[in-house]
Amino acid sequence: MKYEVLIEGNSHQVELERADKGYECKVDGEPIALNVAMTARDVLSIIHDGRHYEAKREYSLLGETHIIIGSERFAAVVRDPRSLRSRRAAAAGVEAGPAKIIAPMPGKIVRVIASEGDEVEAEQGLIVVEAMKMQNEIKSPKKGKVTRIAVKEGSAVNAGDLLAIVE
Amino acid sequence: MFKRILIANRGEIAVRVIRACREMGIESVAVYSDVDRRALHVRKADFCEHLGPAPASESYLNIPKIIEAARRSGAEAIHPGYGFLSENAKFARACRDAGIVFIGPSPESMEMMGSKTKARQHMRKANVPFVPGTDSGLKSAAEALTVAESIGYPVMLKAAAGGGGKGMRMVTNSKDLASALESAQSEAQRSFGDSEVYIEKYIESPRHVEMQIFGDTHGNVIYLAERECSVQRRHQKVLEEAPCSFVDPDMRRRMGEVAVQVGKAANYCNAGTVEFLVDADKNFYFLEMNTRLQVEHPVTEMVTGIDLVQLQFRIAAGEPLPLKQEDIILRGHAMELRVYAEDPDNNFFPSPGRITRLISPSGPGIRRDSGMYEGWVVPLDYDPLLAKLIAYGENREQVINRLRRALVEYFIGGIKTNLSLFRRILLHPDFQAGRVDTGFLDRLLKEPPLADERTARRTPIVALAAAIFAQQPPPGSQPARNQDGLHAATPRTAVPMQDGTKLSGWKAAARNEGVGR
Repeated sequence: MKYEVLIEGNSHQVELERADKGYECKVDGEPIALNVAMTARDVLSIIHDGRHYEAKREYSLLGETHIIIGSERFAAVVRDPRSLRSRRAAAAGVEAGPAKIIAPMPGKIVRVIASEGDEVEAEQGLIVVEAMKMQNEIKSPKKGKVTRIAVKEGSAVNAGDLLAIVE
Repeated sequence: MFKRILIANRGEIAVRVIRACREMGIESVAVYSDVDRRALHVRKADFCEHLGPAPASESYLNIPKIIEAARRSGAEAIHPGYGFLSENAKFARACRDAGIVFIGPSPESMEMMGSKTKARQHMRKANVPFVPGTDSGLKSAAEALTVAESIGYPVMLKAAAGGGGKGMRMVTNSKDLASALESAQSEAQRSFGDSEVYIEKYIESPRHVEMQIFGDTHGNVIYLAERECSVQRRHQKVLEEAPCSFVDPDMRRRMGEVAVQVGKAANYCNAGTVEFLVDADKNFYFLEMNTRLQVEHPVTEMVTGIDLVQLQFRIAAGEPLPLKQEDIILRGHAMELRVYAEDPDNNFFPSPGRITRLISPSGPGIRRDSGMYEGWVVPLDYDPLLAKLIAYGENREQVINRLRRALVEYFIGGIKTNLSLFRRILLHPDFQAGRVDTGFLDRLLKEPPLADERTARRTPIVALAAAIFAQQPPPGSQPARNQDGLHAATPRTAVPMQDGTKLSGWKAAARNEGVGR
């Protein structure tokens, strides 16, 4: 199987074939032999060239996959070759278009600072969410106009809920 | 000794107190709110009492409900832990009125230390050095100006009832003073229902060092050891250690004697902590007293060999202190890391949610005081402290190495935690040299993260791991696996059925999965 894997935004071509003991693989054309065992869900034990790595997988709130080796965390996106083109097009569209501001954690909306129609700067506070005894200001990711405020003061939100849109 | 103790708290500290109970053959009573039915402290206790809905005001802060739970369960004493009702004199008095022993100081001592201005008045009487400034609330901006002139700028305005950085303002010159006073007073009123604000000299980049003391009901007070607590973010401690490398034996003795003097002035009994600010010239000033067991008590336990919670029980039961000052000998070094459910890569936003995977460190010199377990959902209603990772060793360097090793082993999946921050702290040359003050962590966070020379070597492995993971079924499903535990990327060959027909590999996998559930 061939994949395009983005690690921290850098693209790598990965070829993965199962072999007798583990995998025969190529990363960016370089052959790599791996001895791999899954020791628990989301935990891989990998031996490469005599060196051992423990790789763990988890998902961020925004659905990003993270691979953790040692105490280092890598954001990873795996693309199946078939969906490559359409995904790329979609990704390009998102950056240019409206930015959705998503609740990074469940909590309560304690204050709505910006109103629909406001012109805001990047890093300007839009909404204050309270969780775990702390108030957290959610900031605009970019300069633009607030086209939608999706929450009211006092309402409860879940992680991933839409808070606002800045265009 | 008590037969049964109720713990009016939750999380890791409730678990810590339950453990002390069990070791002494005391029965423990846990209390819990609606969202904590599955919490670890409930699972560890002998008896459990439900309090009410999640908000603390209707559960862990609700005095009548907790007194009622103690009565119902037949507990003779209540341990308040830290936070919640631990420094609430009304609660200590309600316990006394109900004939239940409050494991802590008297309500009178708590009241004396609860107001920072009252505490300063007592310290002045007892000749204890404190940060120059007023020992009563400011009556006017004119008074603030006069005092600020006499002690010199910069100055700090602080709420008398304060804590957690609320009602606090740093002022560098006279023209900002009046407006800062006004806003500090209104913030103090909003946060604590008390607008009293006093003024003190701002000590630049001080160290925050505190002294553990213990008093009994027979008038004895001793000091145990100091703790270095300068590694803080937004007045929240992140890492503590004992002893403090900046404090020499003579300074330790002088600080200890002052702390004992503070304790005696407050007629103090049970565990307490006297906080000091220490400047670069090793001058130390009384800051405040915490009338409870501290989060960071384990580092003192490690270097003194004394179980502080068990000692609290003995003192509360009326026993005299079993140790004299000269019996306290410090040995080795200890450090504690506070593991919070917050995201260091995203402004330290809280990160409640389900812990999908928990791999805990162990081995030489490692202690974990934890309130979490794999599969538990961290509620969003309370403090984000999940666990404390504590290391003990012969010396500071060994402790740092042990913690670095333990951090490689530690993994908390599903939620964000501040674990990655500790690697940066422990590797920082200033930290390794013991050069820390309360500004250390803010300075570190402004530096670009350390480049890891292993990143380049790891990247192709990460790319392959990501692809291998992508071939695995989504979390929650448990299909058939090969010997290496990996899901086959292609369906297996057909499996012969007993009736002679053949079942496709996918179907067999699906059936296995059904059985697995």
